[in-house]
Amino acid sequence: MGEPLLRVEGLRTIFQTSKQVVTAVSGISYSVDAGETVGIVGESGSGKSVSMLAVMRLVPSPAGRITEGRIWFQGRNLLDLNPAEMRAVRGKDIAMIFQDPMTSLNPVLSIGKHLVEPLKLHLGLTTTQAKTRAVELLQMVGIPDAANRLNDYPHQFSGGMRQRVMIALGLSCNPKLLIADEPTTALDVTIQAQIIDLVKRLRREFGMSVIWITHDLGIVAGLVDRVIVMYASHVVETASVDDLYEDPRHPYTLGLLSAIPRLDAAERTRLTPIPGKPPDLSNPPKGCPFAPRCGFSTADCLSEKPTLREVAPGHFSMCHLELSKQAFISLREVRVNA
Amino acid sequence: MPDSNQPLLAVEDLKVHFRISKGFLFGKKVGAVRAVDGVSFAVERGETLGLVGESGCGKSTTGLGIIQMPRPTSGKVLFDGVDLTQIDSETLRRTRRHLQMVFQDPYASLNPRLTVEKIIAEPMVVHDLEQGSAVRERVRELLHLVGLDPRVITRYPHEFSGGQRQRIGIARALAANPSFIICDEPISALDVSIQAQIINLLKDLQEQFNLTYLFIAHDLAVVRHFSDRIAVMYLGRIVELANRSDLYDTPKHPYTRALLSAVPLPDPKRERQRERIILKGEVPSPIRPPKGCHFNTRCPLAKTICFEEAPEIRDFSGHQVACHLVQ
Repeated sequence: MGEPLLRVEGLRTIFQTSKQVVTAVSGISYSVDAGETVGIVGESGSGKSVSMLAVMRLVPSPAGRITEGRIWFQGRNLLDLNPAEMRAVRGKDIAMIFQDPMTSLNPVLSIGKHLVEPLKLHLGLTTTQAKTRAVELLQMVGIPDAANRLNDYPHQFSGGMRQRVMIALGLSCNPKLLIADEPTTALDVTIQAQIIDLVKRLRREFGMSVIWITHDLGIVAGLVDRVIVMYASHVVETASVDDLYEDPRHPYTLGLLSAIPRLDAAERTRLTPIPGKPPDLSNPPKGCPFAPRCGFSTADCLSEKPTLREVAPGHFSMCHLELSKQAFISLREVRVNA
Repeated sequence: MPDSNQPLLAVEDLKVHFRISKGFLFGKKVGAVRAVDGVSFAVERGETLGLVGESGCGKSTTGLGIIQMPRPTSGKVLFDGVDLTQIDSETLRRTRRHLQMVFQDPYASLNPRLTVEKIIAEPMVVHDLEQGSAVRERVRELLHLVGLDPRVITRYPHEFSGGQRQRIGIARALAANPSFIICDEPISALDVSIQAQIINLLKDLQEQFNLTYLFIAHDLAVVRHFSDRIAVMYLGRIVELANRSDLYDTPKHPYTRALLSAVPLPDPKRERQRERIILKGEVPSPIRPPKGCHFNTRCPLAKTICFEEAPEIRDFSGHQVACHLVQ
């Protein structure tokens, strides 16, 4: 295998206020291959969105700063680019779609204006060519009567339709990488199914890589090739989608999977919640960030931070206890019975 | 005297319409949003009825119609045999003590200027249940019950996380010793790892106090986990109502089937093999719902009759469905 499309090395992002420093992303590394779909799963505040904003160089400054790391994309370190060079990458080679299509579209610009601008800027099309292409893009994402809707404004579209416009916008310049930040969280389940179906089809047609950020372990199961699980600014586990669900090696991943009610579960069993709440990132725990909530933690876990280690081929976990899912479950049963 | 054999709550042909008027001040009525358009169901003592549907289907408005906020356009709400739509507001206020609500957004549903003690004590004060130091004692007891440290009574809502705030909201709902609690999306604003804590808490409290729940949510897996029977709503009407296993194992209505197939399963192997029914289009506006069956614009099976006549809800040995095509 050649060089991955995107390779992030030791990325650290902090937010600084007059009172405190919050580490939103603490030295994470991962890569995305060409044509691969990767899911980043985590709860609010886990750093999943900030780590992607860093790739786009859109971390809100001056409070937010990337303090360490390299982001290799097509042989270049994006962190070395000047603003003009970065603008040429953003929207063209890497596109991002956001959770809330209402706040990410400009309410005083028509949908046509939104779509035409990047086409003229990045691809050098004339206004007429760009308009033709804009209509094609809207048709491609399933907006009925596309030619007439070009002059409509964002508020004239429903939530699902707005998200389709966002996707058309993201794909307008044939990006190599599409970053989707919780694009279906604000949508109903039947509309979510439509959008996921659309992204699956377009991914095939465009042959692009996709990073899908979500908190929903259900969505990624059917959509991605590989999963990265984030907790409290760290990558705690990464594996192929099959390995992750079949044999989760990090207690947090295992905890998440046992905390959600499942439609495919045989009978109602009591859920096993993860006790407590995520740590305060302005004052993170010294050892493993999950240790205070982990049912398996030892003295080591509280004093020393584990590193992300390969526990099976292609399967990485940031845990001192290199246990299998089965071992974790039997250990948990022993504790419960004791 | 309340009869313990009758259901605790019976809703009959409930309609909640919101008037649309045009013009300033004395605008004339030009239409209505038919948020709830004739729903009937009963909730037995001690059971949980799940009410599930997509945004705008009228599930939350049904909950509000039950507590008479606003007063429904028509229909009956029989709570313990008393029709709440017919009683005066003073009697209603006293009856509401038995009917409490837990809201979706724990950030918006707690007054930021009140301490935890004031928030939880308010129902007791309003209904004159406890006096003096007994109030504080009871607040402490309630906090303990919902898994919070009783010492937090002097704090304000902003000092708590989402999950903790939801616990405060639950403590407030319990303060007046209600028999019936409407839970309107109580966990959807919470993080995944916290949701299970609140689900388990609500279940424990139900067992401990023999509570009856109306559980309103959009997440089908959560509703299945939580409810004994489930009603599926679409555009102001109930399309299917059955007990848990019947609804999830043998859904009859085409909408329920599509809804269930749209829920992603946290299992990559099954996800790859699954047949998914992807509905076309979106939910029509409740201002101008389609003629006939409300689902006909998106139904993959719709026949001529579905565009002409609204299907009545029919009972197939306890499994109720409103669809012309179900035999």
